[in-house]
Amino acid sequence: MTKFTKDHEYITEDGTVGITPYAQEQLGDIVYVELPKVGQKLKAGDEAAVVESVKAASEIYAPASGTVIAINTSLTGEPGLINSAPETEGWIFKLAFDDASELNALMDAAAYAELTK
Amino acid sequence: MAEATADDLKTVLLNDQHVALGGRMVPFSGYVLPVQYPTGIIAEHKWTREHAGLFDVSHMGPSFLVLDEKSGDGEADHAAIAALVEPLICGDIKGLKPGQVRYTLLLNAEGGTHDDLMIARPAAEGWGGALYIVVNAGTKDADFQRIAAAAAGRATLNRSDHCALLALQGPEAVEVMRGLIPPAADLSFMHYGSFDFMDTRLVISRSGYTGEDGFEILVDPSHAVRLWDRLLGDARVKPGGLGARDSLRLEAGLPLYGHDLDETVSPVEAGLNFAVARRRRDAADFPGATRILSELGGVLDRVRVGLFVEGAPAREGAEILDQYGAQIGRVTSGGFSPSLNRAIALGFVPPGKAAPGTRLQVLVRGKPQPAEITATPFVPHRYVRKPA
Repeated sequence: MTKFTKDHEYITEDGTVGITPYAQEQLGDIVYVELPKVGQKLKAGDEAAVVESVKAASEIYAPASGTVIAINTSLTGEPGLINSAPETEGWIFKLAFDDASELNALMDAAAYAELTK
Repeated sequence: MAEATADDLKTVLLNDQHVALGGRMVPFSGYVLPVQYPTGIIAEHKWTREHAGLFDVSHMGPSFLVLDEKSGDGEADHAAIAALVEPLICGDIKGLKPGQVRYTLLLNAEGGTHDDLMIARPAAEGWGGALYIVVNAGTKDADFQRIAAAAAGRATLNRSDHCALLALQGPEAVEVMRGLIPPAADLSFMHYGSFDFMDTRLVISRSGYTGEDGFEILVDPSHAVRLWDRLLGDARVKPGGLGARDSLRLEAGLPLYGHDLDETVSPVEAGLNFAVARRRRDAADFPGATRILSELGGVLDRVRVGLFVEGAPAREGAEILDQYGAQIGRVTSGGFSPSLNRAIALGFVPPGKAAPGTRLQVLVRGKPQPAEITATPFVPHRYVRKPA
């Protein structure tokens, strides 16, 4: 089950991280993405990536602790994928969890929907 | 400038129109204004470069300074009113021809900039002894106080910022204007006049802040909605928010007060030498003349430059480094250029590092990124100086 952070990241059961449709809508046109490095170790809450819109830069935090095992290099040439398909082609990076039970602390879809109502 | 709390924010006359169009309303210079509409900043930006964008700039400060007692001689009255404002600025207002608009700077005694503004001389002979003055939103109260004080007892400043000020910008703006108010389409760049519209008069200048051809239109409160609707009723026109206005002016290399210009920055540092009029230089009769004339002579610590930035956009405040990593300046405006699809910035560096092609670096989130000085505008201006 996909989980959500209060900072509007999502993380799927297989560790794929991106920003929510609500977040991309709020940010507006994404023009640049700074990706983490494959192999980088992150603690939950660490800054993992930066997403820049025309107006401003926004940090993307690791929703859980783990090791970066994949990054979406398509975003380098086409950062707008985060706007057009935030939950599919616009994913940002993928984590191998240190402890998958950390996800229990995050919001489920219903709780996240309530937050962004 | 300080961010006002929600209670202090003013709404513009067209607030309901912006909300109805889905504008994302944000606080800006004491007003609530749309930063973008649902299509987004890049689409609004590109539409303006290709067609015509309509921007509500009613937060700005339009005003009219009018002599209290006119002689009836248009030239003499113009000279009299020009003499009241010239001590505050570095431009030649006396030399304006009827209908001409001039970009100039309100300076402090040290030659720094209180504001940049437009001052125009009415075209109509009967309006000799008046000036149309448009200042920036964030500085307008202070500017108006300064101008009113300088003119006290001789002329009266009438604020018009209860009206709506609209900017119609882009290569198709002139044909849109020709369909709505035909005589206004014949204005030359940096000229203005007043024109009939329905049962009112509009003050229209051929000017703008995007690098494109276009118009800025002052309309009284009771006609603002109808003018907005008429303009948007033209399929060539789409609304643009503050975000696109900023990315357009950045590509055009135009300074933004409070960012690229402030109380410490002189016109020469800002690359605005053209705004220091020849007659005023010869007379050395403007605020900060000692410093500014010395800078014009070549004694200069920093100059405003354009930068192409590789990688992430370098935002305001980012350090500019030389090729060895020593800090030599700062970015004052920076972002993403939708037209060029790359990061661009304005900033200040020492004159020795300001030549186009100079390789520098900018520090973004602690990491140096390559940058190169480039001539501005980043995207060529397309002003129409003599309409066909």
